[in-house]
Amino acid sequence: MLLRRVVITGMGAVSPFGRGLDNLMEGFLEGRSGVSQVPELSGITGMRTRVAALASGVDPKEIPRKYRRSMSNMSVFATLACQDAARMAGLDESDLASGKLGVSIGSTIGSPQTMQEFFRDFNTDNSLERMKSTLFFHIMNHSCASNVAQTLGVTGRILAPSAACSTSCQAVGYAAEMIAMGKQELMLSGGADEFHPLTSGTFDIMNAASTAFNDSPTRTPRPFDRERDGIVCGEGSGILLLESLDSALGRGATILAEIIGFATNSDPDSIANPNPAAIADCMRQALVDARVQPSEVDYVNAHATATEQGDIAECEAISRIFGTGALVSSLKGHLGHAMAASGTLELAACVEMIRQGLLIPTLNLDNIDPLCSNVSHVQGITKHPVETVIKNNFALGGVNSSIILRRYE
Amino acid sequence: MTDQQIVEQINSSLAEEFEYELENMTPETTLFEEMGLDSLDVVDLVIVLETAFGMKIREEEAIRKIRTLGDIHSFVIAKKRQTENS
Repeated sequence: MLLRRVVITGMGAVSPFGRGLDNLMEGFLEGRSGVSQVPELSGITGMRTRVAALASGVDPKEIPRKYRRSMSNMSVFATLACQDAARMAGLDESDLASGKLGVSIGSTIGSPQTMQEFFRDFNTDNSLERMKSTLFFHIMNHSCASNVAQTLGVTGRILAPSAACSTSCQAVGYAAEMIAMGKQELMLSGGADEFHPLTSGTFDIMNAASTAFNDSPTRTPRPFDRERDGIVCGEGSGILLLESLDSALGRGATILAEIIGFATNSDPDSIANPNPAAIADCMRQALVDARVQPSEVDYVNAHATATEQGDIAECEAISRIFGTGALVSSLKGHLGHAMAASGTLELAACVEMIRQGLLIPTLNLDNIDPLCSNVSHVQGITKHPVETVIKNNFALGGVNSSIILRRYE
Repeated sequence: MTDQQIVEQINSSLAEEFEYELENMTPETTLFEEMGLDSLDVVDLVIVLETAFGMKIREEEAIRKIRTLGDIHSFVIAKKRQTENS
């Protein structure tokens, strides 16, 4: 149980649909895909997947050089999304520098692109003499959190959780707990990642990347669908500005939704394969944390990345707890899998679904896999009162996480 | 390279690296106050010059005394001439 109520008062997004919440939601509501062919991938021996969901609509030069020099793309995405979230929440420079606001933003790893550029040069003659002074700041694991704090002038706590696909769900959960404990009043929370062939390659090597739709990229990934054949990697950043209810009311801020529960657990059965029992435990713990009965949950925003095993395991877990009582969809069909950014990009969409009273279906779900038919899938854009939502993320490494949102009354 | 070519090469390299307007670069332009460089930038400035002119200058004592673009012009020109004559 959260000791103090925690609400969301700002959101920011950088995604394949461009920068900003409006562009994100427009993409979802128009049923668009952010996936395209990436020619770079075809030049890599052993790489069978040729598609990805790349971020668009970003001008890094909006960030002054003084701050940008220590950023790779992932920090650029996170910083722009944080600026938008802070603006939406009506925060000014003094609020950001008050010490009451902290940052909880993670990525899967430090910049793989910068790492590659460094080693490509280093390996030519084993020399450090051409190494720029700011390179380290691109590749440190807390690059996004630190770059955001430096650019926005944040003086509160810095946290940089890293748990691959669970990163931003954890970042939000831990930030909420920090506010609930009274350690901070506000937290910029979420995740960011930049696309690199290494990410797609990681899944391709494990036979978990989509390879059958290289010539029709918008038809993949296909969560829950009979023809699904794996993950499509993406990039971007999703940011939620969390705030104690007291602080939000005191400022007269517009409250977008409330975070009422969070859980994260480890699944030691396998470092790669999801286990329905562990996933179900995670959701159950989040429900207990939120003091909510399964019957009160209207919608499950699934992790569902379109892998054979992951989608089935998640449906099994959802079915065990919710039966067919809650509607289910995954947003990976639209955005691919933005890794550390996926949780908060999808949470931001969940907040908008609550506010707009509608549910977004799973793109490319044409024929439900019989093994995924044990839950109720959202069919088309559905006008539906949405009070309570559970959002799941599961990561390689056996890290599960679930967040529960509720309409703020 | 003539002295003028060296000056132009320095200015264009630094303008690109530090996103500074070429037309605002004069020999009197100060690196720290006007161009806004700091200690990290100075490390990169040395690398930019080493790459542009194919010389090693990182350990040169004179680097630490550089304050203006004109100081850099004089330093690099002297270094180039010294290399050519050795």
